[in-house]
Amino acid sequence: MKTRHSNLDYHLMLLPGTLLLLVFSVVPMFGIVIAFQKFVPAKGFFGSRWVGLDNILFMFQIPDSRQVFVNTVVISIAKIVVNLVIPLVAALLLNEVRLRWYKRAVQTVIYLPHFLSWVVFAAMIGNTFSYDGFVNNALRVFDVEPILFLSSNVWFRPVIVFTDAWKSFGFGTVIYLGALTAIDPSLYESASIDGAKRLQQLMRITLPGIVATVILMMTLSLGNILNAGFEQILNLYNPLVYATGDIIDTYVYRVGLVGRQYGIGTAVGLLKSVVSFFLIWLSYGLASRYANYRIF
Amino acid sequence: MAVISSTRTDRAADAIIVVLVGGLGILCLIPILNSLALSLSDKAIVEAGSVFLVPRKINLTSYDIILEDRQFFRSFLVSIERVALGGIINFVITLLMAYPLSKDRSVFRAREVYLYLLLVTMLFSGGLIPIYMVVNAVGIMDTIWALVLPGAVPVFNVIIMMNFFRQVPKELEEAATIDGARHATILVKVYLPLSVPSVATVTLFSMVAHWNSFFDGLIYMNSPRDYPLQTYIQTLVLGQHDFTRLTVEEIKRISQTSSKTLNNAKIIVSMIPMVMVYPFLQRYFVKGLVLGSVKG
Repeated sequence: MKTRHSNLDYHLMLLPGTLLLLVFSVVPMFGIVIAFQKFVPAKGFFGSRWVGLDNILFMFQIPDSRQVFVNTVVISIAKIVVNLVIPLVAALLLNEVRLRWYKRAVQTVIYLPHFLSWVVFAAMIGNTFSYDGFVNNALRVFDVEPILFLSSNVWFRPVIVFTDAWKSFGFGTVIYLGALTAIDPSLYESASIDGAKRLQQLMRITLPGIVATVILMMTLSLGNILNAGFEQILNLYNPLVYATGDIIDTYVYRVGLVGRQYGIGTAVGLLKSVVSFFLIWLSYGLASRYANYRIF
Repeated sequence: MAVISSTRTDRAADAIIVVLVGGLGILCLIPILNSLALSLSDKAIVEAGSVFLVPRKINLTSYDIILEDRQFFRSFLVSIERVALGGIINFVITLLMAYPLSKDRSVFRAREVYLYLLLVTMLFSGGLIPIYMVVNAVGIMDTIWALVLPGAVPVFNVIIMMNFFRQVPKELEEAATIDGARHATILVKVYLPLSVPSVATVTLFSMVAHWNSFFDGLIYMNSPRDYPLQTYIQTLVLGQHDFTRLTVEEIKRISQTSSKTLNNAKIIVSMIPMVMVYPFLQRYFVKGLVLGSVKG
């Protein structure tokens, strides 16, 4: 091949995507200068007044930001654990189902919620957990006082974690089921000839066979510690549960964008981006070292 | 899977597994069936809280109201438009970037530079407010382009397709080159037909993502007239609207029309396109996902 000629074609093919990435991903990276300005949109990045570290210092002073940071980390770590365990258990159960049509039918149903929007699913969570939702109706039958799940600082976090798992556990099984099919079937054959019981096969063959995948999923989820689920929480929270449910992303949106405090909003967002950068870097590093995972 | 044996404990275990797995399936169906039942039932009975999975006093009043809701149709069309436009743009850009990036470094030296650009955008984000300011500065606010251009480069899809293209035997490309084919032809005639499951998966995923997203509509569209469907439903059903942006008439309409039956009818209608593509999605995604993501 004539390399010089073909390389021009390559660059041309990459041009539109590269331009779009530069405009909508790289330029905003420089937009973090807003964090060091008293930003006024009409004056732009260059005309706004510089305030140095004022926004950053202010951020560390207000109690809001500590609360928001704690909420984010608590919710996302709980989600990481729950979203690791439930799909794994579900995949192991599905793997043991011998009726093929039954297994396929269940798979079809449990993948579905993943593809619903958070608007739709949050409305369904409202149907479920609101004051007149069916969970409270069921509680009334047992003479239990209705619980305001979505307005209670005791219940909000558990509901957020549980409903996130509800929506995504089915799709989460895909990766484990994929890993399970890669286990050599002859292992099971020889094990059962040797008289290994089903539980022994699970402990000795199945689990060791997918432990690498579990570790990979764990390390990759590390990069998401500051992503507690923006769309979900934005659609479910209200001022009564800011104390336990307000996360970095909702705070940036509400205070920074809607409240037009661009400087402080960008400063909080910048802190998130910087910490996330190191977390993602770390997770990729760990994944490539221990699970032989390469993105490129 | 364990080799068939039929001791009594084994059969008991099978029964328990079938029940547990079935329970998971039902858990995922409940919110959808509940919503459907609410949408079809009589308003008064729903308000009294006695509808769970079976509709009572079935009527289609809510669906009739939707038929007369012109904003619902306008928003539905905005969503269709963004799915079509955004889907095509994502599809074309993914192919155009994945193809040259799948070439060996010895053939395409600058490959590394482009890969670093992708890596940087994966690791670091400017954050919500700077991105918003850039969209504003580019002048695409209140247009359909605000919904499709900021996410026009689906970086993960590019990587999945790049990894897939790298597995295509080089001999095919060499043969085509000898026949005088240029890169565009090779991409369309050789690579594309070989990667239908992966391309179909990533394209369907990006279309579903477009259909489901609501937040960009909320921040980039100043007038509720331009809202895509999920944003329209979000402001009505979940009541996170910014009242300062609505006219008195619009606020009045919201308070009159938002009732549980009507809201659920809107949710159900908004799910229809997704449910229609779901069989195709499901057919492809297991294959397509596993192929692309596992190995680079």
